[in-house]
Amino acid sequence: MALLEVRSIGKSFRGLRAVHDVSFDVVDGAIAAMIGPNGAGKTTCFNLIAGVFAPDAGEVSLGGRRITGLRPHEICRAGIGRTFQVVKPFPQMTVLDNVVVGALNASARVGDAEREARRVLELLHLDGKSRTLAASLTLPERKRLEVARAMATRPRLLLLDEVMAGLRPTEVDEMVGVFRRINRETGLTILLIEHVMRAVMALAANVVVLHHGEKICQGTPAEVVRDPAVLECYLGEEAV
Amino acid sequence: MRALFAGLPPRALVVLVIVAALLLGAPLMVDAYVLSVLILCLYFAYTGQAWNIMMGFAGQLSLGHSLYVGLGAYAAAALFVHFSVNPWLGALAAIAICTAAGLVIGFLAFRFGIAGVYFAILTIAFSEFTRIGFDHWTWLGGSGGFFLPVKERGVTDLATLRGPPVMFYYAILALTVGALALSRLLLASRLGYYWRAIREDEEAAQALGIDTFRYKMIAVGLSAAMTSLAGVFFAFYYNNLFPEQIFSMGRSIEIILGPIIGGLGTLAGPIVGAFVLTPLADGITEIMQLLGIDTPGVKQVFYGVCLLLVVVFLPHGIWPAIARRLGFAPH
Repeated sequence: MALLEVRSIGKSFRGLRAVHDVSFDVVDGAIAAMIGPNGAGKTTCFNLIAGVFAPDAGEVSLGGRRITGLRPHEICRAGIGRTFQVVKPFPQMTVLDNVVVGALNASARVGDAEREARRVLELLHLDGKSRTLAASLTLPERKRLEVARAMATRPRLLLLDEVMAGLRPTEVDEMVGVFRRINRETGLTILLIEHVMRAVMALAANVVVLHHGEKICQGTPAEVVRDPAVLECYLGEEAV
Repeated sequence: MRALFAGLPPRALVVLVIVAALLLGAPLMVDAYVLSVLILCLYFAYTGQAWNIMMGFAGQLSLGHSLYVGLGAYAAAALFVHFSVNPWLGALAAIAICTAAGLVIGFLAFRFGIAGVYFAILTIAFSEFTRIGFDHWTWLGGSGGFFLPVKERGVTDLATLRGPPVMFYYAILALTVGALALSRLLLASRLGYYWRAIREDEEAAQALGIDTFRYKMIAVGLSAAMTSLAGVFFAFYYNNLFPEQIFSMGRSIEIILGPIIGGLGTLAGPIVGAFVLTPLADGITEIMQLLGIDTPGVKQVFYGVCLLLVVVFLPHGIWPAIARRLGFAPH
């Protein structure tokens, strides 16, 4: 059953068509990926789903409930957690407090939120850093903090915007392991934007390819990497 | 009560007890002049804390907090003089009026996406046109001033807030301690986490399910309500109100200097800042007199240099530096 249904969404910025007529589903409990060259409209798609912009056209629903046009905090309450491609930590708060803010979305009491935050930090191997200020984390650590904060909101669907970028291959494998484990143990549905094909191939059951704001292909990773259009515009011949 | 002191290191408790004892006993130990300086210190410690909730916690810069002092002062004073309403009820009216004013400004700004320095300019605009309005409001004395009847200052009458400076000292001390307790409880609550998240990154806060409009409104409303009580205090302590003074931009700046110099967003910062700056300003005047220097502007230059030194050498304020040295974990 589809948890997230995206139907013909579109968005233009001052006449520039950033996203046009994009439709896809993300199956409940699955991991899906969105790939495409820079400027293809992937992050705009995320922002349309997460409520940063309202789409000019089309519909987005989560678990059968229409969420088009809701504001970002309402979308989070509805069950979508997101990370930002350019990370947005709360720099002058500790790592733990950063995640507590997220956890307060699901638990009303600070004590409960703190327990949940510690659990998530452990999951992302950040528990050793919980008392440091977010400002002093390295970039890979900030990326993990971004994921921890979004996960702490207890989402049904997690949107990950290039959380593997800038990681070393061993770190990518580690993150892949984390997401696999979370997905398997909690059934959390994940949609990720990713350029690191190593992660996409290892994680995603289904891949959507965007180019110039339109969906040009959809399928399993193995199908997508053989698609001539995808090779042409994004992966290049040597990917085969 | 337990939540109030939870997580405080023992050394901090000792310091707190000593400071509390000194402040409680101060009127027995000092003369009238020092007492008046202490009242002024506490006044700025209180208004600084009120402002700190909005800027230090929630990150919304107000440069027009004299608006709430003035409205609160005039509201309680007008009710007292014209309708003989007792100042405690007058304080409730002041709170209601200032909260409403804060919420109107907040609504206009936050609904229409006015943020940062533009929001600060909006707060200046409101306090300025209110000043001009009161200058022409003859029912409240206009620019000629509004005066409360001064009766025997020797008799303490808590019901109508008529009494000697000692009574006002304890009143403003109670407000300051109350504000500190409230700030500590709020900072550790869900609200405090949300405010700090909004201060740090509003977009990220929204993505984590925080209705940032609502929580910014709460910060502005609460800060305005608290500041209004300082206005009521001001009216009954000084017994005279002039729009030119009470609503002036200079007054707004005086309110924000304490928390900035003391440590923005910290609990003790506004108090430490007020207790450093107020005696400094008064002390400079004293020293200048002693040295026989009466060159105009020397006092302001010296004051400015002191501020500059703090900003250069302690960019996060005085309190975080002290807290680190004393081994308290800064919040």
